[in-house]
Amino acid sequence: MANDADAIRCDACPVLCYIKPGRTGSCDRYGNHEGKLVRLDPHVVLERALERGDSVVPFLERARDWDGTLIHQSEVAHGETFVTAIGAGTTYPDYKPAPFIISSQVEGVDMVTVVTEGIFSYCGVKVKIDTDRHMGPECSAVRAQGEAVGHVTTSEYGSQMLSLGGVRHLTGGSRHEGTATCDTLLNLCNGKAVELKIDGGAKVVVQAGKPPIVDGAQEERMRVGCGSATIGMFAKQWFGKVDDVVVVDDHITGVLSEHQAGKLLGVPETGIKLKGRRSTPGRYFQVAEPGTAWGGTDIEDPLTILGKFNAKKAWPALRLLMVSTTGEHHAYFELDDELKPRQKELPEALIESVARIRENCEPALCTVLFMGGAGGSLRAGVTENPVKLTHSVRDALTRVTCGGAPVYVWPGGGITFMADVSRMPQNAFGYVPTPALVAPIEFTLKLADYASLGGYTNHVRPLSSIATKDDSRKRVTAHSENPWPLESATKKKKR
Amino acid sequence: MAARVGDEEKETMNSRAQIRLLSDGRRLHLHDGPIDLIVEAFGPREEVEAAYRAAASRFVTVLDELCRELSLLRSPCVPDDPWPQGAVARRMVAAVMPYAAENFITPMAAVAGAVAEEILAAMVARAELLRAYVNNGGDIALDLSAAQTFVIGMVERPDRPSLLGTTTVRASDPVRGVATSGWRGRSFSLGIADAVTVLADRAAAADAAATIIANAVDLPGNPAIVRVPACELAPDSDLGNRRVTQAVGELKLEDLNQALAQGARTARRLLRMGLIRSAALSLQGETRIVGAVEASSTIATPVRERGLVHA
Repeated sequence: MANDADAIRCDACPVLCYIKPGRTGSCDRYGNHEGKLVRLDPHVVLERALERGDSVVPFLERARDWDGTLIHQSEVAHGETFVTAIGAGTTYPDYKPAPFIISSQVEGVDMVTVVTEGIFSYCGVKVKIDTDRHMGPECSAVRAQGEAVGHVTTSEYGSQMLSLGGVRHLTGGSRHEGTATCDTLLNLCNGKAVELKIDGGAKVVVQAGKPPIVDGAQEERMRVGCGSATIGMFAKQWFGKVDDVVVVDDHITGVLSEHQAGKLLGVPETGIKLKGRRSTPGRYFQVAEPGTAWGGTDIEDPLTILGKFNAKKAWPALRLLMVSTTGEHHAYFELDDELKPRQKELPEALIESVARIRENCEPALCTVLFMGGAGGSLRAGVTENPVKLTHSVRDALTRVTCGGAPVYVWPGGGITFMADVSRMPQNAFGYVPTPALVAPIEFTLKLADYASLGGYTNHVRPLSSIATKDDSRKRVTAHSENPWPLESATKKKKR
Repeated sequence: MAARVGDEEKETMNSRAQIRLLSDGRRLHLHDGPIDLIVEAFGPREEVEAAYRAAASRFVTVLDELCRELSLLRSPCVPDDPWPQGAVARRMVAAVMPYAAENFITPMAAVAGAVAEEILAAMVARAELLRAYVNNGGDIALDLSAAQTFVIGMVERPDRPSLLGTTTVRASDPVRGVATSGWRGRSFSLGIADAVTVLADRAAAADAAATIIANAVDLPGNPAIVRVPACELAPDSDLGNRRVTQAVGELKLEDLNQALAQGARTARRLLRMGLIRSAALSLQGETRIVGAVEASSTIATPVRERGLVHA
C-alpha cells in the first residue's frame, strides 16, 4: 500500500504519513497538493480564535515554548513576558547599574534585557498631519501655551509635517518655553490631544492616531491624489456624463478637457479659462492662495478661479463639475445663454463619481513619532564601557525598543532613534522638571554579549524575580503589530 | 527549545513539540505532529504549575515512543499477541483488547484517549489538584477530587460544532474518560454515525468503545452511503482496504432508526459488560441515549429531542 505511486511521504514528524494527492496526513496540517507537501492553514482553529476574539497569530510562527511558570497569567499573549522600561525608574548618576537588568531565556539562549527609563534632554516629536489644508508657511513657529515649541517643516504627500521639541526649545529658551515644550511633548507622546497655533497659519488640535482638527473643522480624509492625478484616475467615469471637470487643488489643479487624460478620450475643448500658472496642459499651479477651504486653497466659491469662457469654443448648457481632491467640496454648473455658469443640483449620473473620490481617500490621521538620543550617559547604566553599547547596537547584536515598540535607529553616530508612540502602552512617558522627557528604553542582547561589553552581570536577575513576587508590576498585552522584542533579538543571532 | 521543562528531562526533548500557554493564561497547549492537547488543571497555583511541568515533560517523548512501535499498533489486535513496550501503547492495547476476539480493531482506535490518559496520569502523580482534564481533540481524560464536577458539552457533528447537550461528571461517578467517534471526525469510521459520544472509566476505553459503537451504526448495502477503501485515501491507514464512510445521503426514517437501533444494541452490550457508562448516538438529527438512566452522570437530551410542543 505504501508504494502508491502518487502518494508522498511527509517527514514533518515521525509518523511519516503517506499522503495521497489532495489529502492530508493524520495531523490534518500537512497535505499533498499536486505532488508537493504543503502546510495547510488551520482555518477551523483560526475561526474559533476569531470567534473568541483572540488575537490571531501566524500558525506556528509565534508559538513559543513555555517556561514552566504561570507568570503571564491571562495577560500576555502567547507565552512569554517582556519587561518594558515603563515605570522602571531611572538611576542617577547614570553609572549606577540600570534599575532592572533581567535575564530571560529565549529558544535556549540566555537573553538579557536592560531596562531603564531614560531622561531625554535631546528629544522631540515629528508629527504628520494628514491634510491638504494649509497649516502655515514652512519654518513658521508652532506655539503651545503661547510659547514656540517647534516649527512647520517640509510638506509631504497629502500631509503637513511639524517638528516639535528638541534641545533648543527644551533648554535654549526661557524657562516657560522649556516647560511648555516639555508639556506638549509629554501630552503628544502619551496620546493626549494638544492644541497648537501656527504663526501666520492655522490653529490645529493634534492627537496621535486621531484625525486632525484644523481651525475647528475635523479633517475626514486624505486627498485621493493631486488635482491632476484625480483627473487621470476618474476621467473615464466622467466621460460622456459631463463636458468638463475642474479638480481644485492648492498644488496642482486639473482640468479634464485640457488634460492628457481628457484628450485621449476625445473630450472636446470647452473654452474654459483657469486663473493661476499653467504648468503643462490641464495642470495649473497657484490657482488661489493656500487655505483651509476647497482642496487646501482659501476659496469658498470655486467660480473665483475661473475666467470668462471663450465664446468661440463654449456653448450654452455646457455642463461643468468642480470638485476638490477629497470629494468633500463639489459644485455643478451649466452655462446660460451668456455663457455664465449657473449652479445646479448635482445630476444623478455624477453623484457616484464624487462618492468614488471620497471612498478612495484614506482616513486622515495625526501620527506622532518620538525621537530621542540615547547616545549619552544613559549608556553608562548599561555598561561600564558606554561606547561598546553603541557599537553593539550598530552591529545589531543589541536590540533597542521603546516601551516594547520597535525603533528606527538613525544611522551615524550615537543611538538616536524614532518610535511610533501609538505602539507603546498607555502613559509610557513622564518628565522631570529639568525640563526633560522621561521615556522608556530597553536594550536586549545575549547574556554572553552583555558580559563582553562590560555589562553589570552581577546585577542580572531572572525574570521570575520581577514578575512573580510583586503586584506593582502591571501586565499589559503586547501590541499586536509589534515584533516580539526577545524573538527578534534571537532571530538575528541565528542568521 | 523550551526553556525549562523539568530540567532533568531536557536531553530527551524533541525539537518539534510545542508547549505553550494559551492566550487565556490558564490552559496549556501541547502539540506534536498529529497530537494536539489542551490541558487545564485547577488548584493552588504552585500545584497547577507543577502539574503543567509534569505534563510537558511527559509529553515531549510520547510521539517518538508511539512511532517506534507504529507498525505493531496499526496491526489488528489479536488476543495473546505480544504486548508493546511503551506505556501509551500498552494503554491502547488494554483498551481495545476486550473487542479483539469478535471485532476488527487495531490499538490505533484508542490512541487519542490513551495519550490523554497518560498525560493526565503524569500530572496527578506530581501535583495535588482539585480537578484537571486533558483534551485530545475531543477525547478527554478527567481527574476529579471530592465534590468537584465537570460539565462536558457534546456535539452532534464534529465538523460543525454546536452543542447537542451537556453532561455533568461528578467526582462520585466512576466516569473519568470521554470520547467521540464518527465518520465526519478526523479518523476514518466503518459506520455512518455522525457522532457517538461515550462516557467510560478511562479515556482510552471510551475511545475504543466509541469506535466500536460508531462502526455498529450502519446500513450495509444502502445506496445512500459512499464508501472508499481506507488505503485509497491514506495508503498507510491501519484500516487497510476496509471501506470507510466518505458520504451519507439523506436516509429514510426507518433506515435511520434501524441503524441507530443496531448501534444502541452494541452500546447496551458494552454497558452490560462494564466497558462503558453511557453513550449518545447521533445520526442525521436523531439521537439515542444508552445507559443514561442508571448513571448519575447523565447525558441530557437536547430540548428538541423531547418534542417541540410550543412551536
